[in-house]
Amino acid sequence: MSTWVVEAQNLHKTFAWTPVLNDISCRIAPAEAVGIFGLNGAGKTTLLRLLATLLKPTAGRLTLFGLDSSELAVRRKIGFLGHESYLYPDLTPEENLTFYGKAYQVPDLKDRIAQQLEYVGLQDWRTMPVRYFSRGMEQRLSLARALLHGPDLLLLDEPDTGLDPRALSTLHATLAQAKDRKKTVMLTSHDFARSRELCTRALILHRGRIAWQSEEALRPGSGQALPSPQEFVELYTACTR
Amino acid sequence: MWAILWKDILLELRTKERVSALFVLALLIILVFVFALTPEQLKQPAFGSALLWVALVFAGMLSIQRALILEQERNCFAGLLLCPIDPGQVFFAKFLSNVFFLTVVEAVVAPLTLALLGLSFSVSLLGLPLVLLLGIIGFSALGTLCAAIAVRTRAREIILPLMLLPLLVPLFIAAVHVTGALLVGEVWTGTWFRVLVAFDVIFVVTGWLTFGFVVQE
Repeated sequence: MSTWVVEAQNLHKTFAWTPVLNDISCRIAPAEAVGIFGLNGAGKTTLLRLLATLLKPTAGRLTLFGLDSSELAVRRKIGFLGHESYLYPDLTPEENLTFYGKAYQVPDLKDRIAQQLEYVGLQDWRTMPVRYFSRGMEQRLSLARALLHGPDLLLLDEPDTGLDPRALSTLHATLAQAKDRKKTVMLTSHDFARSRELCTRALILHRGRIAWQSEEALRPGSGQALPSPQEFVELYTACTR
Repeated sequence: MWAILWKDILLELRTKERVSALFVLALLIILVFVFALTPEQLKQPAFGSALLWVALVFAGMLSIQRALILEQERNCFAGLLLCPIDPGQVFFAKFLSNVFFLTVVEAVVAPLTLALLGLSFSVSLLGLPLVLLLGIIGFSALGTLCAAIAVRTRAREIILPLMLLPLLVPLFIAAVHVTGALLVGEVWTGTWFRVLVAFDVIFVVTGWLTFGFVVQE
């Protein structure tokens, strides 16, 4: 069985004859935190949606936790925070989390929901329909949804969008906690300086291809050191020219 | 599967949009016909049968579209697909939820229609709930499958009826014939009843087997 959490070999994804991802190959080890960077339209979201099993690769092979990405069992190990919250606006946070908890068969669901709502600071709004939430509150609840079943691989698509400073610190605490618990994190961001503190590896996508990636870590923390923000800007500019 | 069904019922209890809209639309269609036709025409079984199914088609279409909109908002359908649930089970949950809401509406609308038509009671009418249920099952199975295809398209609200209505033709021909026969007092309606059952079996099995391919981008 493979020891890699993510093993992508020559992945291609095409939407209506338009190639969006080309020849993506990478391997992510357990406990790694990988930052995916790139210009708008580089293919970052598509790559995360492929890894979340929401999309099927047009060509290539994608293995998650040693299993083919089409296997149902891998979904239980994935937590995905996308651009949309995937929350039902007419249900309350408690009801939304109960639905997802039941779908993921989370044990001790009531306690787990209370814990998650407290963690994202929404315990006082637990009975208010999500429709009345601000963008930031919805993003926080969406984070609780993604973490509810204790995933081993956390996929976050620009997770800091719309968050206030307090929610940002919750997000950073979550990522630091995931790192401590040897969970694997992959996130897309436009802010390298902030992401650098959380990531152990970086990957730059440009026009659907990996333009640069830091060396694979064979053991947690053994990979190539990330470039400094200044070096990264130069690298990023060169890659996306 | 039960989690999805529970969520759909909870959403309806919270919003009360689906059942109320279906009920009003079905009632409106029936009233239009009641006022447009003469009492003699209304008593003809062919009219009564057609009226029941026309109301069900349009109310059912509204129900399927409403279910689609609920899943579209905040892209909740993608959230559903992220869950470790077999796509076949997702199909069954959505199908059962459509069957449930249409049955609730039809349980009120069908007796009301018969009363407005002034049809006299006969033993054969006891078979009507079964025929209506078979029609609802076929409609919901095909509707759920078509909705899953339409949800990925841009003009989804237009695509759904365009795709669904032609495919429903065999079901409605059979349902109208069987209902018409029941209204004239026949108990066994032969071939059309078998067509109705076959349609249900084909589309429930097709939906269950193909839903995974339909929803995967």
